[in-house]
Amino acid sequence: MALLDIQNLVVEFQTASGPFRAVDGVSLHVDEREVLAIVGESGSGKSVSMLAVMGLLPWTATVTADKMSFAGRDLLKLSSAERRKIVGKDMSMIFQEPMASLNPCFTIGFQIEEVLRFHMGMDRAQRRARAVELLKQVGIAEPAERLDSFPHQMSGGQCQRVMIAIAIACNPKLLIADEPTTALDVTIQKQILDLLVSLQARYGMGLIMITHNMGVVAETADRVIVQYKGRKMEEADVLSLFESPKSNYTRALLSALPENAVGDRLPTVSDMLFEPAPSAAGAAR
Amino acid sequence: MSVRVLEGKDIRRDYHVGGGLFRGARTVHAVKGVSFSVDKGKTLAIVGESGCGKSTLARIITLIDPATSGELFIDGNKVDIARGGLTKEMRRKVQIVFQNPYGSLNPRQKIGDVLGEPLLINTDKPAEERRDLAMKMLRKVGLGTEHYNRYPHMFSGGQRQRIAIARALMLNPSLLVLDEPVSALDLSVQAQVLNLLADLQDEFQLTYVFISHDLSVVRYIADDVMVMYFGEAVEYGSRDEVFADPKHNYTRTLFAATPRADVASIKARLAKKKAA
Repeated sequence: MALLDIQNLVVEFQTASGPFRAVDGVSLHVDEREVLAIVGESGSGKSVSMLAVMGLLPWTATVTADKMSFAGRDLLKLSSAERRKIVGKDMSMIFQEPMASLNPCFTIGFQIEEVLRFHMGMDRAQRRARAVELLKQVGIAEPAERLDSFPHQMSGGQCQRVMIAIAIACNPKLLIADEPTTALDVTIQKQILDLLVSLQARYGMGLIMITHNMGVVAETADRVIVQYKGRKMEEADVLSLFESPKSNYTRALLSALPENAVGDRLPTVSDMLFEPAPSAAGAAR
Repeated sequence: MSVRVLEGKDIRRDYHVGGGLFRGARTVHAVKGVSFSVDKGKTLAIVGESGCGKSTLARIITLIDPATSGELFIDGNKVDIARGGLTKEMRRKVQIVFQNPYGSLNPRQKIGDVLGEPLLINTDKPAEERRDLAMKMLRKVGLGTEHYNRYPHMFSGGQRQRIAIARALMLNPSLLVLDEPVSALDLSVQAQVLNLLADLQDEFQLTYVFISHDLSVVRYIADDVMVMYFGEAVEYGSRDEVFADPKHNYTRTLFAATPRADVASIKARLAKKKAA
């Protein structure tokens, strides 16, 4: 059975100029031990659909879906108190800006232990021990000393590691990573991706990777969903997506990668998006 | 015959960090003796991670900050802004495009004024002529004359970066410094802006110094590549040399860390995962 199963998700925002539909009928599912990547440009609704799952959208948003179930529970029927018990425990999320998502006023030890206190009901000594263990797992040197550091004393990559530690503190079944490496250097990006994938494999988590970077998709995903303007354009396993993309949009995205450049100009998405598939237009071109 | 537009010899830049109550003053060597040269119509890419001194070097080349020591030649003339200041003519020759198109345009200034301002400050062209030149430049970067009276918030990120590029080109510079011009943009918009840069380079014989940490973009746009690591140029050569046979360990690390989006490497990864 699928860990997370969403059918026909629609998210609308109330704006001054009427309702704006950010996500338009997206269906997706993630199994246990699976890495799903959601790819799209800014404004494609990839983050919004995951925020809807987490219940983190502001009140201006209306979320409707035919089905939204997580580990056998119907997320649509939960009260917000019940949902808070799931969010951060069985289902947790990592955000794009590691520096901005940690609270600058508290030590990172406090912020890790906060999750453990709220969800696991551990006592002080247990929490401390678990926090040290978590920091060790995410690859931070001298974990016991680092617990007393504040976020500004750490680098961006280290902050992202702390965010990951907080997210996996309660052994979640599903981890959602929203552009986890966009703000980081390539070398650090590689380390963070390796860490996420190894943790995912070790604990058998489901992992949803939201990104706009095709390289990140190629390096991590089992299955890929391509989104554009709130709609799902394509869903495929990673190999067939790169080998034989079905939708025009995916094909356009892949050919806009600088490493795939043929000749001295890059094809752009708008060049290709509204043309018929090359199989039909092949003769004309 | 190629003309050397930019040349730097043993450029160094130190920053003095003032001491506090518990800490003595110290000196940070941000750029530790870097030499380079770029010919007319060519692109030099500077690659490195944050903190390696690539933006400091960009500020020195753009004549914003003086170098602590070393010599900088632009169009064959030695420039030293610490001594002798800077003429309007020098200002005209070097222009910069910044990383974040949301931060680099004044939200209270109409696009027409954004483009007219460099002319207003550096030339004595009348208003009529400034306006004509701005209109012309808007069309050149793929926008329309109807955009002249709009404000920056009415544009998308890619359009804003076009405006920033247009502004940099208003004074007919010979050298354009591009500080991560596409890293804040989506993949498809990135392709458009890179194409625009290539078109403009062909049309005006522009020389680019392109700063980036994205190797796939660098491979696409650069003629020469310089890899910086802790303020030093650890690798410097033509694009094909550097990409085919990286000499320094850091360059190899950088190449290994860059995600690959080709079918062969996906297959390799999936096979490895299955075996594990």
